[in-house]
Amino acid sequence: MNVTRRKVLGAVGATALSAAIPVRRARAQQNVVKIGMSMPQTGSLGAGGQAALLALRMWVDDVNQRGGLLGRKVDFTVYDDQTNPANVPGIYTKLLDVDKVDLLIAPYGTVPTAPLMPMVKQRNLLLMGNFSFQVNAKVHHDMWFNNSPWNDAASWSDGFVKNGQKLGSKSIAFLAADQEFAQNLANGARELSKTAGIKAVYDQNYPPTTTDFSSLVRAIRAAKPAVVFVMSYPNDSVAIVRAVNEIGVGSGVKMFGGGMVGLQFTPIMQSLGSQLNGIVNYNSYVPGMKYPGIEDFLARYAKKAAEAKVDPLGFYLPPFNYAIGQMLEQAVNGTKSLDQKKMAEYLRQNEMKTIVGPIRYDKSGEWANPRVVQAQFRGVVDKDVEQFRQPGKQVVIYPDDYKTGDVIAPFEKARSTKG
Amino acid sequence: MKYWIGAAAVLVIAFLTALSGLNEYFFYAAFIVLQFMVLATAWNILGGYAGYVNFGTAAFFAIGAYAAVVLFKWLGAPLAVQIAFAALASGLLGFGVGLLTLRLRGIFFAIATVAIIFIMETMMVNWRYVGGATGLQLLRPDVMQPFTSYTRMLFVVMALLVVIAVSVARYVQISWIGRGLRAIRDSEEAAECSGVPTLKLKLFACTVSGALMGAAGAPMPMYLSFIEPASSFNLNYSVSALAMPMIGGTVHWMGPVIGALLLGSIQQIVTVTISSEINVLVIGVLLVLFVVFAPDGVLGLLKKLWPRRS
Amino acid sequence: MFFSFDLLFEAVLFGVLLGCFYAAVSIGLSVSFGLLDVPHVAHPAVMILGSYFTYVLAAYGLDPIVAGVLLMPVFFLLGILIYRFYYETFEKRGTEAAVRGLAFFFGLAFIIEVGLILGFGVDQRTVHAAYIGSSLSLGEYRIPYRMLVAFGVALVLTFSLSLYLSKTFTGRAIKAVAQDEPALRLMGANPVRIKQWAFGIATGVSALAGAMLIIVGPVEPAMDRLYIGRTFCVVVLAGLGSMTGTLAAGLILGIAESIVLMMTGASWAPAVAFGLLLVVLGIRPQGLFGR
Repeated sequence: MNVTRRKVLGAVGATALSAAIPVRRARAQQNVVKIGMSMPQTGSLGAGGQAALLALRMWVDDVNQRGGLLGRKVDFTVYDDQTNPANVPGIYTKLLDVDKVDLLIAPYGTVPTAPLMPMVKQRNLLLMGNFSFQVNAKVHHDMWFNNSPWNDAASWSDGFVKNGQKLGSKSIAFLAADQEFAQNLANGARELSKTAGIKAVYDQNYPPTTTDFSSLVRAIRAAKPAVVFVMSYPNDSVAIVRAVNEIGVGSGVKMFGGGMVGLQFTPIMQSLGSQLNGIVNYNSYVPGMKYPGIEDFLARYAKKAAEAKVDPLGFYLPPFNYAIGQMLEQAVNGTKSLDQKKMAEYLRQNEMKTIVGPIRYDKSGEWANPRVVQAQFRGVVDKDVEQFRQPGKQVVIYPDDYKTGDVIAPFEKARSTKG
Repeated sequence: MKYWIGAAAVLVIAFLTALSGLNEYFFYAAFIVLQFMVLATAWNILGGYAGYVNFGTAAFFAIGAYAAVVLFKWLGAPLAVQIAFAALASGLLGFGVGLLTLRLRGIFFAIATVAIIFIMETMMVNWRYVGGATGLQLLRPDVMQPFTSYTRMLFVVMALLVVIAVSVARYVQISWIGRGLRAIRDSEEAAECSGVPTLKLKLFACTVSGALMGAAGAPMPMYLSFIEPASSFNLNYSVSALAMPMIGGTVHWMGPVIGALLLGSIQQIVTVTISSEINVLVIGVLLVLFVVFAPDGVLGLLKKLWPRRS
Repeated sequence: MFFSFDLLFEAVLFGVLLGCFYAAVSIGLSVSFGLLDVPHVAHPAVMILGSYFTYVLAAYGLDPIVAGVLLMPVFFLLGILIYRFYYETFEKRGTEAAVRGLAFFFGLAFIIEVGLILGFGVDQRTVHAAYIGSSLSLGEYRIPYRMLVAFGVALVLTFSLSLYLSKTFTGRAIKAVAQDEPALRLMGANPVRIKQWAFGIATGVSALAGAMLIIVGPVEPAMDRLYIGRTFCVVVLAGLGSMTGTLAAGLILGIAESIVLMMTGASWAPAVAFGLLLVVLGIRPQGLFGR
C-alpha cells in the first residue's frame, strides 16, 4: 500500500479517535460540583467495588437532597477500571482534562490506586484514598487521605498478636498469600510477634492461584503452633477455611485467623456458614458497634443492595465509602470552597465525624488512631444471611473500646460453642 | 523511498502533536493504541507471515517491562537503554521458546507460549527485587525539554517504536525471509523439500517478534509509575495482539496497524463509556466474526472493494 | 519447611487423588485434540461452562454429580454443533485456515469466559453436598470426601471411555479415523460424522468434568486459563490419543504438583504443569504412550 493511502488512513484514524472521545458538554462551572473516580466494578476487586460504589451513590443522593455542596448539585462520574492499573492513568486524565472534575476519589484497593499517586502529586491534587494500604509510603504526597481503619502493618495485627499473648501463646504459624497486602501485613505481624516473644514455628507464602490448601494445613498442624495467623485473599480464605474444617489444624491451636480478606464479604460468609465458627478475624465493622448513624445507613443500604444485587449486608466497604463522602462534605463546608489546598489543610487538622466513628489523620495521610476490629465468629449456622445482622455472631475482642466479649480458646473448643 | 518519506512524516506529525496544546487525555489513550500497534505488528511477523500462532504476547511484553525496571532500578538507565535491554531480554526469550518448540506443529508452539506466560509470571511473582507480587512504585525522572509532560514524551517514543516495528516487518515481508515464511505458512513440508531453511527462518521470526514485543513493554512502567505482575501478564495483551492482525489483515504490514488502530481505539472508547467487561467481549466477538467471515481482515475487504491493478 | 515421610506420604496420596481428577478433566481433550487433531483450546472454558450449569442445577437441589450426568447429553449436542461449525469453516479449507481455527477457539474461550462473568459475576461459585466438607479418617490421615468422589468418578469415566473406544464399533471407528482417515473413507464410513460424534462425546464428558471441578473446589470464570496448561500438559505427556496414557499422565502431574507444593511451599506449584509441559515438548513430544 502506498504512502498516500497510509497517511489518509492515519489521518482518518486520528480524527475518528479524537472525534469519538466523548467530551462532556461544558456546563457552566457555577452550577455543579463534579466529583470523579474510577472504581473496579469488574475484575478481582469488582464485587467489593460494586458495593462500595452503591454507598458512594447513596451519599451523593443524600447530599443533593440537602442542597448539594456550596449550594450546587453534586455531579458524580465513575468509570470502571476493571481492577487493571493500566487503565487508571488514562481514566483519571480524562476525568481531569476532559470531564473537568473538581474533586477526586481514589479507586477501591491498593493496586488500582498505585499508578495515581505520582500524577496527583505532580498536579497538586487532593485525593481521597479508598481502603488501600500504605500506597503513599514511597510517594509522600501531602494531600492524600486514605479511608481505611488501619495505618501500618502493625496496626492490623496488633490486636490479634496481643490476644495471642494474653492467652499465653509461645509459638505462631504464618500463612500468607504472595500479594502486596498480605506480605506487608505478614511483615508487620512477624515484627510484633518477635517483640512479644512468640516464636515463629511455621512461615509460608503461597501463590495467589493456589486452590487447595490441604498440604499447607497439614504442614501447619505438624508444626504444632499455638496461634495461626493467616493473611489471605477471598478465594484463598474460603479454601483455607474449608481445608481447616476437613483436615483440622491441631488441638493445640488457641487462635486461628487474623488477616483473612473475604470473610467480611456476605456471599462468602453465607457460603461458609458454620465453618466460620471459632475463627478470629479482622473487620472494619460488625453489628453491635456503636457508630453514630451506621445502623440507619445499613438499613437503607440493604434495600438498595437487594435491588442492585450486590453484597446485601454491606458491613465491610460501604460504610467507609459513605464516610469518604461525608469527609469531603465536611471539608468543603468547613473551608467554604473547593480549593484543594485549603481542603487538605482542613482534613489534616480537624477530626471528622462519620458513620464509622471519628476520624483524624496523621502526617502520612492515614488514620492517626487505627481501629482494626478483631472479632470471633461464634454460633454461626449454615445457609442464613440474616443471622449476621444481629450482634453476637461476631464477638469483638479488640479494640477494648468496642469490645463485646473475650476470645474463646482453644480454637477447636470455640468452633463448637454456641454464640 | 516513498515509505521512508511517509515514516519520517509520521514521526514529525507525532512530534508536533506532542508539542501542541492538545488535551492530555489524548496522549494517554494514544500511547496505549500505539503500543498495541507495535505488539500487533510484532505478532504478525511470526503469526501472520509464518502461520505460527503465538499466544504468549503477554509474557514477552511483561518481560520487556520488567527488564526495563531492572535496568532502571539497578543503573538508573535512560529510557532508550531500557528499551534496548528489554528488546534483548524478550528476544532471547523468543529464541529460547522457539528452539524448544518450533520443531513441532503449530499448536504445540501455541500451547508452549501459554505455558511461558504462567512460568514467567510465577518467576516475577517470586522475585522481590522487582517487587514480587506486591509490585513496585517507580519515580519518573524529570521530563526532557521540549516536552511539557512525561506522557507526551512517551507518546513520541512509542510512535518511534511503531515506525521501527513496521519498518522491520516491512523488511521481513519484502525480503527473501518473507518469501520463506510464506512458503512455510502455505505448506511447511513443501518448503522443507524445496530447501527452505524452515527452522532457521522460524527462529528468526520468533526472536525478532519477541524482541519487538519486549521493546513495546519497556515504556509501560514509566507510563504507570508502577509495575506489578498480574496486570503486566494480563491475557488481554495476548488476545489483542492476536485479534488485531487477524482483523486488520495478516498478509501485509499495514494490516496489524489498521487492526490496532481500530480495535485499540474501540477499547479506549469503551473504557470511558460503557466501561465494563464488555470491552473484552468486544475483542472476542470481533475476532470470531472476522476469522469466520473475513479471514483476510480489513485489508482483504478493502481489496475487494477497491481492486487495484498491481 | 518440613520434610517428613509422613508428609511425603500424605502428599503422594493427595497427589494420586488430584492426579486422577486432572486425568478426568483432560480426557475430553485427549479425544478432541489427541485423536481428532482439533486445536481445542476452549476445552477448559467449555468445562467451566459445565461447572456453572451444574451450579445452576444444584441450586434446584440436585446433587452435583447427578446434575453433571444430566448435562452430558446437552453438551454432547453442543459438541456436535461446535465441531460442525469448526469443520465447515476451517478444517475443510486447509492448513492456513487451521491457524484461524486456533484463533477461533481462543476467541470462543474468551467469549465463554466473558459470558460467564456477565451472567454470574466474577465471584466464585460453589456447590454443597453431603460429601463436600467432611473427610474420611484413616488413622492419622484425613482424606476429604470430595476428592474421593472426584477420584471415583474419574476412574469410572476413564475406563468407560477406554472400553468404548476399544470395544464398540463406533469407538474403534473413532480411533481409526484418527489413524488413517483415507482408509476409513475407502471402507465406506463417513469420517466427518464419526469425528463429529467423537467431539460430541468429548464435550459431553467435559460436562461431567465440570461438575467434578466445582465439587473439588470453587469455580470462577477465569479459571480456564490455568486449566489450559494442566489439561494440555496431561494430554501431551500422555501422548496424543491414549486414554490410559491420560490417566498415567494425570497421576504424574498430580503427584508432581503435590510434592512441589510440599517442598517449596507452594510458590512454584502452578508452574509445575507448564514447566513439565515444556520439558515434555522439548524432550519427547510424542509423550509417554504416543501413537
